[in-house]
Amino acid sequence: MTDEAPFFRTDWVFDNLDMLALRTAEHVVLTLIGVGVGVLIAFPLTLLIHRRRRLIGQVIGIAGILYAIPSLALFGLLIPVTGIGLVTAEIALVSYTLLILIRNGLAGLDGIAPEVLETATGMGYTRAQRLWRVELPLALPVIIAGIRIATVTTIGLVAVTALIGQGGLGFVIIQLGIRRDFDTAILVGVGLSILLAVIADRGLVLLERALTPWARAQTEGT
Amino acid sequence: MTDPGLAPALAASGSVVAFEHVTKRYGNGPTAVTDLSLEIRAGEICVLVGPSGCGKTTTMKMVNRLVEPTSGRVTIDGADVASLPPVELRRRIGYVIQQVGLFPHLTVAENVAVVPRLLGWRQPRITERVEELLDLVGLEPGEYRSRYPAALSGGERQRVGVARAMAADPSVLLMDEPFGAVDPIRRERLQNEFLRLQARLRKTIVFVTHDVDEAIKMADRIAILQVAGVLAQYDTPDRLLAAPASPFVEHFVGADRGLKRLSLARVRDLPLEPVVTVAAGESISAARQRVPDGTRWVLVIDARRRPLGWVAAHDLKGDGGVDPDMAVPGSTLLQPESTLRDALSAMLASSVQLGVVVDEQDAVLGVISVAAISQTLQDGAGSPQP
Repeated sequence: MTDEAPFFRTDWVFDNLDMLALRTAEHVVLTLIGVGVGVLIAFPLTLLIHRRRRLIGQVIGIAGILYAIPSLALFGLLIPVTGIGLVTAEIALVSYTLLILIRNGLAGLDGIAPEVLETATGMGYTRAQRLWRVELPLALPVIIAGIRIATVTTIGLVAVTALIGQGGLGFVIIQLGIRRDFDTAILVGVGLSILLAVIADRGLVLLERALTPWARAQTEGT
Repeated sequence: MTDPGLAPALAASGSVVAFEHVTKRYGNGPTAVTDLSLEIRAGEICVLVGPSGCGKTTTMKMVNRLVEPTSGRVTIDGADVASLPPVELRRRIGYVIQQVGLFPHLTVAENVAVVPRLLGWRQPRITERVEELLDLVGLEPGEYRSRYPAALSGGERQRVGVARAMAADPSVLLMDEPFGAVDPIRRERLQNEFLRLQARLRKTIVFVTHDVDEAIKMADRIAILQVAGVLAQYDTPDRLLAAPASPFVEHFVGADRGLKRLSLARVRDLPLEPVVTVAAGESISAARQRVPDGTRWVLVIDARRRPLGWVAAHDLKGDGGVDPDMAVPGSTLLQPESTLRDALSAMLASSVQLGVVVDEQDAVLGVISVAAISQTLQDGAGSPQP
């Protein structure tokens, strides 16, 4: 602590604002692709196991195994097949979202009061109309809760993909910080990553409120 | 609520619903309904009643094909329902269940509009119909239209459920314990409102309940089912009570059959007795002038003639105005549709043994006395009005 550099180098942050903005944007894109593709895969699988209950064990089982594989091990398995790069990174990120998304989706659909479903059928909804106009809207709060958890988890995991040349803020934390023993980069990377997670979480809460005004009638009414 | 005298009848009378040798068996398991034959006349309320496991709900659900019979057939106006696509059939039949099943994510107006929307009506016609129906069930559209079900009381949900079932003007209505989730006082009122509505609409209604008192009150005809869906008796409430067809029926309708027959007579069947009323705020001396000698109780009413409570005639003394706080709250208010049984039970619970009969706006019409009901009992229970 003599004439060494100070613990936190504000000047470095200001000199690298453009790079930090770029890495943050990259982090956001990696997360969006991961969660987006995750939702696209999880959605039809959830509808499938909701209707064919005997497949629940298998689908959740496979998603559980994917969720349990450590990310480094998964990279090791994937690199010989998909190489070092975006595809490998996203396969890993998507894998970790599936269990959360499918489990929440199923819980949302299963949580709908049976009398509501029976009335819908009894009033003459077709199966597809019942799914799109009754079941999915009612399951939405639980589905969005799953997307929130998956998004926050993915924002954390994106950093690890810096090990295979991706990483967004992970590049700042690992390549600029840890590898060079440069604390300022670690702190800035971690701080921005946490900030992203908080913003994404709050944003999804606001989205859920906007989409489900009926869920608040309970507290406002009577 | 719109004045029933002015509003036009909304629908033609209902359809004939018939069960012909209908049996329902689940796999190799127990038989839920056994060789049931039953014809429900157009415009009548048929109540299916019986102990749990008697197949009453299963029977009802065969009308809109939520359950398919194992053998036999169900017809509406002669057409076998099995020949109609289920989705179209269901859109033509109103459906209300115990928990009402309102869609929590839709507003009151959107809930009522469900079937018209499925049928592809244009928006202006839907909006108009929704307003009309909310009026019909006594919910002010301006106040209720945009509310979500979670912000409604049990009774309000029930009314929305009925409005929704009526939305596309079905000729047949299926109701499974529709008033089951409402407390007894509101239930009585909802039942009366519903009967008043039905008197105008004349739908064919299949009504399921486990409560024999409700069955007697609501039914034009009662089908008593025993376990495994065997029809024990199908008859008007009066004949069912007067001449039970089997020991099972006799046991099921209960030992108090004589008292139950009071459920068949309505308050409107008795002559209303006049009542001395004083308005809240009216000067006591002026009020006293109008009270005839020998009057024990006078009824305090508000500006819209709604009853506030009773004041003993001898307490009308001094000067100043009639203070509504002096009034003793009376028994539950009665409607012309209330049964004499409900009326008697309400009156016996109150210190003033007079029942105040009110109209749809809760304005006083008159009173009935325990003595008048007891006279009816001696005359051998009033016969139901058509």
